[in-house]
Amino acid sequence: MEKETDIENCKKVLLGEFEPVISAKNLTKTFGHFTAVDSISFDVAKGEIFGFLGANGAGKTTAMRMLCGLLKPTSGKGKVAGYDIEKQSEQVKKNIGYMSQKFSLSEDLRVWENIRLYAGIYGVHEREIAPRTDELLRQLGFESEKNSLVKSLPLGWKQKLAFSVSIFHNPKIVFLDEPTGGVDPAARRQFWELIYQAADRGITVFVTTHYMDEAEYCNRVCILVDGRIEAIDLPRNLKEQFNVKSMDEVFQQMARKATRKAD
Amino acid sequence: MLKYLLEKEFKQFFRNRFLPKVVIVIPLMVTLIFPLIANFEIKNINLSIVDSDKSPYSQQLVQKAQASGYYRITNISENYDNALKSIELDQADVILEIPINFEKDLVNEKAAAVMITANAVSGVKGGLGSAYLSSIISDFNTNVRVEWLQSDSRFVVPRFEIRPLYWYNPMLEYYVFMIPALMIMILAIICGFLPALNIVGEKENGTIEQMNVTPVSKFKFIISKLIPHWVVGFVSLTICFVVARLFYNLIPAGSILTIYILASVFVLAFSGFGLVVSNYAKTLQQAMFMMFFFVLTFIFMSGLYTPVENMPQWAQIISHFSPLKYMIQVLRLVYLKGSGFTELLTQFFALSAFAIFFNGWAVISYRKSSQ
Repeated sequence: MEKETDIENCKKVLLGEFEPVISAKNLTKTFGHFTAVDSISFDVAKGEIFGFLGANGAGKTTAMRMLCGLLKPTSGKGKVAGYDIEKQSEQVKKNIGYMSQKFSLSEDLRVWENIRLYAGIYGVHEREIAPRTDELLRQLGFESEKNSLVKSLPLGWKQKLAFSVSIFHNPKIVFLDEPTGGVDPAARRQFWELIYQAADRGITVFVTTHYMDEAEYCNRVCILVDGRIEAIDLPRNLKEQFNVKSMDEVFQQMARKATRKAD
Repeated sequence: MLKYLLEKEFKQFFRNRFLPKVVIVIPLMVTLIFPLIANFEIKNINLSIVDSDKSPYSQQLVQKAQASGYYRITNISENYDNALKSIELDQADVILEIPINFEKDLVNEKAAAVMITANAVSGVKGGLGSAYLSSIISDFNTNVRVEWLQSDSRFVVPRFEIRPLYWYNPMLEYYVFMIPALMIMILAIICGFLPALNIVGEKENGTIEQMNVTPVSKFKFIISKLIPHWVVGFVSLTICFVVARLFYNLIPAGSILTIYILASVFVLAFSGFGLVVSNYAKTLQQAMFMMFFFVLTFIFMSGLYTPVENMPQWAQIISHFSPLKYMIQVLRLVYLKGSGFTELLTQFFALSAFAIFFNGWAVISYRKSSQ
């Protein structure tokens, strides 16, 4: 599923040939004596699907929350969409979409009401909202659920809706925190199709996961162990390096190094 | 942006199975039912009579006590010991013992003794029960004396009577005093409690995080939580006014506009207080508990039930920090005395100070990102 152009882009990033949309430099977060994220540095290029892999408790969510401006870093720098994550967090927020690990649309609002709410908040023009909502629901095959309360939807659909809401305003970057947790394989497959569609629209995708088959779908992955980056490369290169056939095996070898207990 | 947030809040409010009903039920409860319950007039005091004299005079005295309307004669005993047992069995609150020779002493010695014994387990009932009885006896005493003296036409008896004139509440009706104050409780609950619990609820189910990652400013987020509850709070208050008018014919002596203006400031202050609580509480349980602690303190310190002047000095000082106190004063003054805005400036400034203090604190303590 890797596209040659994407790989070329990634190489350019690695060679420092163009401005990255996300960049972290020695980003660190400590809670008391516990270092959740330990001085991580990386860059993500525009249009990339960047996978952030790691066991539970490796620090994936903490790192993502810092990039989204939800959490203040203890030290280090980060830039998202050209804005400083600490000093310009409100600017960052205008340019990103975010889908949290826990489903967090309003359960007591209808499907179209949730879309309208977030579209409105991000400043999508009032006139555009209704036709684009219909268009979106048609694409998702969701028309019949337009007036359903969100709490009545099955989890797989909720996740698809949450993702669609998070990119409705065409952000530069979308952050997905374990978007497919608890979702069945067929729905996960569909979900990844949506992610590809978003990437085709030029949206950079930053996704955390601990499903290693999903890691194969990413253009580039970063493996986090105990809050530190152990590897960052194309999935293909990592497999070559470890001389294994799947990302799962790569991860198994990496994760063995972990000393931190999963939460 | 605010428009979309308000749409959301109103939809969620009216979609809630419970809240819209509460807005109607609370004002009805408070105006129709609470005044009947929260009543400090003591009636139906159980009286035990020990009439050892059994003379016309002693009978007259007993009848007079009964006719006062405060007492229910539940026990007539032959002797004091039996009467005391009825107190122990909780059948009587007050004993009136009329000794043998009551009439004889009254006529011959111009003086006679009776004994009142009160059960002080319920202090108010015992205290007022014996006080009413004393005044009945002294009244009886005067009447007897006047009767005698007037039978002798040589004396013209100067007789005086105290007739109190109760300004602002001529009939001393308890509900006139309570209902205006209780209305403020509703505003405090709907405008202070509900938005705070709503925000903490969003924290608990994670939806607030989705908001925090959007460009919604904290001011807009907070205001979108407050406006719907203000609207609802004022609807409730208005229902109270209407019910008070229909069922008790209770109309504010002053201007209703004055009440609305000061109530807006109060609501601003109290919802600010709720927001402060919501910023510190991580769970609904914590929020509820903190709210109850402070609201109970505010209520007891407010003079709603007991006059602030009766409190010890230190408590009176604390009472200055209860926003409820000032607003309850406002409602009572406007309803009963007809005070105008210029006479309520103290309350207005106090409430404004609370509003600035609590809302300032709320904005400073609200964080879109955590440390």
